[in-house]
Amino acid sequence: MTPVTDISTHHIWSILEKVTDPEVPVLTVIDLGIIREVTVNDGEVKIVITPTYSGCPAMDMIRINIKMALLEHGYKKVNVVQTLSPAWTTDWMTEEGKQKLKEYGIAPPNTKQLVCHPDLFAIEEAIQCPHCHSYHTHIVSEFGSTACKALYQCDDCKEPFDYFKCH
Amino acid sequence: MKTQSLIDYTLHLADNSLILAQRNAEWCGHGPILEQDIAITNISLDLLGQSRNFYQYAAQLINNSQQSEGKAPSLGGGLGEATEDTLSSLRTERQFKNCLLAEQPNGDWGQTILRQFFFSAYQYLLYSHLQQSTDEQLAAIAAKAIKEVTYHLRWSSEWVIRLGDGTEESHERMMHAIDELAMYTGEMFEPASYETEVISTKQGVNMADLKETWMRKVKEVFDEATLIFPGNIFTQKGGKEGKHTEHLGYILTELQYMQRTYPGAEW
Repeated sequence: MTPVTDISTHHIWSILEKVTDPEVPVLTVIDLGIIREVTVNDGEVKIVITPTYSGCPAMDMIRINIKMALLEHGYKKVNVVQTLSPAWTTDWMTEEGKQKLKEYGIAPPNTKQLVCHPDLFAIEEAIQCPHCHSYHTHIVSEFGSTACKALYQCDDCKEPFDYFKCH
Repeated sequence: MKTQSLIDYTLHLADNSLILAQRNAEWCGHGPILEQDIAITNISLDLLGQSRNFYQYAAQLINNSQQSEGKAPSLGGGLGEATEDTLSSLRTERQFKNCLLAEQPNGDWGQTILRQFFFSAYQYLLYSHLQQSTDEQLAAIAAKAIKEVTYHLRWSSEWVIRLGDGTEESHERMMHAIDELAMYTGEMFEPASYETEVISTKQGVNMADLKETWMRKVKEVFDEATLIFPGNIFTQKGGKEGKHTEHLGYILTELQYMQRTYPGAEW
């Protein structure tokens, strides 16, 4: 009788649920939507990930963290492969992830992909302040503390905050 | 040889992004205000990421082709197989294929902005079309990068308008920036020999066809910025073929210092 591999991809997904983004530690790699595929072949685990931004410096770290987490659970042969296509979009972020972001003080991405047009001086997106929930906010800079964020300020509570920009 | 053209083309795209990333990174800590310092370095990071994707692919192509020809790995400064690191850190000036525009000095903020605008308008068109490349990996890198470049183009366009149509001094500085940079824009649309080959196989984009579209975008922004793009300018070229302005050597001196002084260093 040929032994059937008893490693279930289900178990691997559950381990990945505990691997977080080093720069936004409230988000897991699943929340981010960057895990594209998990397969097991002859005891070797293959995980396909996709970067959020071309230059995201967290990717190498995420790759190592995935390997470490799986190693802790006894998976020794782990191959983490990066793919670029199809390109990641914030629409792949889970609802749970968006909720966690908000509680962490980062405004979650709007669903509409406003970023993908080159029009100038466009009407600003209505971004909700994660602190006082007001929509009375304005953009300070289209670029923020990391590639995936923009800088906003609330006109009501006056708090500056990060917005996870839609992509 | 077909593979060689694809390798050269991929390196050309990588070098463009790496050199401009390095130039923009020189602003780190020196931007006019904090938010814009962060913006220009974010753009630098995006470009660096794009160049890494192209270098990784070029390294793969180089290693595969050398293997299939039974040759020992050569590119990479004799240090074995080509990698994204050997390609960026151990090639010399004459091996770099970036456009001259990318290597031009930062000058003042206006000059940096204008360089970014000219380049982003070009990259936007390039990547829009490269997404349809018959080469799957080039298409994937472009599809990823176009979203980032959309941001760069919008940001730099708005700054060109803000400065051009700003104060008397900012306007004058933009006019000066145009004098410094306009002569380097033509090169982006004149295909190098390896480009002609990859255009014929539909792996690469024929930028000559897109020059007018680029010019329209520049005019549209310049009109609003009360700036004028000069007619009848002499086109400086050669960068794509490895013939650079004096600036590239200095850039590489700084960029490659660590790997050349401590070969193989990692952190």
